[in-house]
Amino acid sequence: MRDMTQDTTPLVEARDLRKYFPISGGVLGRTVNHVKAVDGVSFAVQRGETLSLVGESGCGKSTVGRCVARLLDLTSGELLLEGERIDGLPESRLKPFRRRLNIVFQDPFSSLNPRMNVEALVSEPLRSHGILTNRAARKARVAGLLETVGLAPDTMDRMPHQFSGGQRQRICIARALASEPEFIICDEAVSALDVSVQAQIINLLMRLQRDLGLAMLFISHDLAVVEHLSDRVAVMYLGRIMELADRDTLFSRPCHPYTKALLSAVPLPDPTARRDRVILKGDVPSPIDPPSGCPFRTRCPIATDRCAQDRPELVENAPGQHVACHYPDAAIA
Amino acid sequence: MTDFPDDPHKFAAAKPMPAILAVPPQRSALLRSIRRHPTMWLGGILLGAVVLMAVFAPLIANQDPAALNPAQRVRPPSAEALFGTDMLGRDIFSRCVYGARVSLIVGLGVALLASAVGMVIGLVAGFTRWADGIIMRVMDGMMSIPAILLAIALMTLMRGGSIFNVILAITLAEIPRVARLTRSAVLSVRELAYVEAAVACGTSRLGIIRQHILPNTLAPITVQATYICASAMITEAILSFIGAGLPTSIPSWGNIMAEGRALWQVKPNIVFFPAIFLSLTVLAVNLLGDGLRDAVDPRLAKRV
Repeated sequence: MRDMTQDTTPLVEARDLRKYFPISGGVLGRTVNHVKAVDGVSFAVQRGETLSLVGESGCGKSTVGRCVARLLDLTSGELLLEGERIDGLPESRLKPFRRRLNIVFQDPFSSLNPRMNVEALVSEPLRSHGILTNRAARKARVAGLLETVGLAPDTMDRMPHQFSGGQRQRICIARALASEPEFIICDEAVSALDVSVQAQIINLLMRLQRDLGLAMLFISHDLAVVEHLSDRVAVMYLGRIMELADRDTLFSRPCHPYTKALLSAVPLPDPTARRDRVILKGDVPSPIDPPSGCPFRTRCPIATDRCAQDRPELVENAPGQHVACHYPDAAIA
Repeated sequence: MTDFPDDPHKFAAAKPMPAILAVPPQRSALLRSIRRHPTMWLGGILLGAVVLMAVFAPLIANQDPAALNPAQRVRPPSAEALFGTDMLGRDIFSRCVYGARVSLIVGLGVALLASAVGMVIGLVAGFTRWADGIIMRVMDGMMSIPAILLAIALMTLMRGGSIFNVILAITLAEIPRVARLTRSAVLSVRELAYVEAAVACGTSRLGIIRQHILPNTLAPITVQATYICASAMITEAILSFIGAGLPTSIPSWGNIMAEGRALWQVKPNIVFFPAIFLSLTVLAVNLLGDGLRDAVDPRLAKRV
């Protein structure tokens, strides 16, 4: 599907996205510094495609998701929905775009208002966008949505606390689907669930994507999940994309030393199997004061003087594989 | 490892186990609620009695509270005048009964008005970042003046002691407290993921306030409203006592006491009875508020 639409305008495109959070200090509360949570991220998502965003905690992947959903205002950069810029739009003019994209959060417990029943929760986008103003029609639609996500329609009158975590996440997904969006952001949508429920929700997401032709930005730190459901994968480190490649390419021939280190940390199901682990030294540097040049150089096993001076851009290294590294083909001892 | 019976059907005839634990007697929902929140019920019943007294004042009071009787001045309590009479010969019992009306109207009026206005201000402050600083500094400024002083100043400005003016004066002094409380509740609720989800769903700011923020701030404000009600009753009594409140033609517990002030060493009954009424009513409202708070937020229950 992706190949057919590749040369048309991407559904969602981010160009040099930046999000700096100010740190205020002193008596006057002046801005003394910035946390550079996202520092120049570009990617495009085609219709029906799943792009995964992986990285360790604090690398800015959730911030990217929130920026794309326009829950946070960008510091700079462009955000396009089917070629139209939506980054500077005020909330009032953003509404038609909100209908076309939605987000599913990590914690299914805090993302549902405990005082609303399932019908009210799932129909929230319908009511907000004025889709189906007739109450009976809305109810029928909610019933259909619940069925789509694998919940019995007669659960409509129940309150969120009567559901388990997995069921709550299904309610969240039903709500996100209510306005028939073309694009869904899953911000660690399965991370808070236990493994068997995770599998159910992932299968549900994949089925929905296939049936509804959804495009998805899947934010996760779980490489196994990402390998299972993505078309392409972007690896983030300290607010930047280190490597962006087709799933198969990334998992079989990773180029960036950081990607290699991440992949080598994935546990193998076979206990007798051996693998050369790439052990990274040190900690992730602070996003307040990121290293000069390549942000990864302080922990990179192959870093040179050049890495401290020039910041490597994300360039195509092989077809379908973009890498931000000066030495993409170097072997790691 | 004792011998097992080889025939499992042996057990079929076994008698049912006798109940070891006594089944707790089932109480009605009302009884259970009283047991769990006794203060709320005590306060509620007491307040209910005062409300009944105020509503049926013409039936309970045996004399016209404004009727002067110069021949019967400062009489001690008797069968005719249960609480005695004041310096103008008016029946103190009847005045006390009618005084409940003033206290309740002022208490309720201030509680409702201050909650409503304070809530709107708090919502605006909590939701619009640029207005927050300005609004809250104004509120802080108002709070720095003691409520009673502010009320006295306002009463002087309005030059007239009508019930409406009294309510207005006390309300203005109470608004900042509600605004503060609402703002803090809004700030904590609006960071929750479901508010963010609502934004992503395209819900307008007003819709978010109505559906998500308000229902979650109503509980603490209701509790605060009862405390405001109690403090408004006291402030009203103080205003009337010092003569800044209602004229004596409208009996209020405060101005009955004010009239008895000069004689309180020789005729303590003039001050004593309205004081008892005021104390009991304020106690009732406070008990109700404490009980409500415990019912709304059980975590705070045993702390005070």
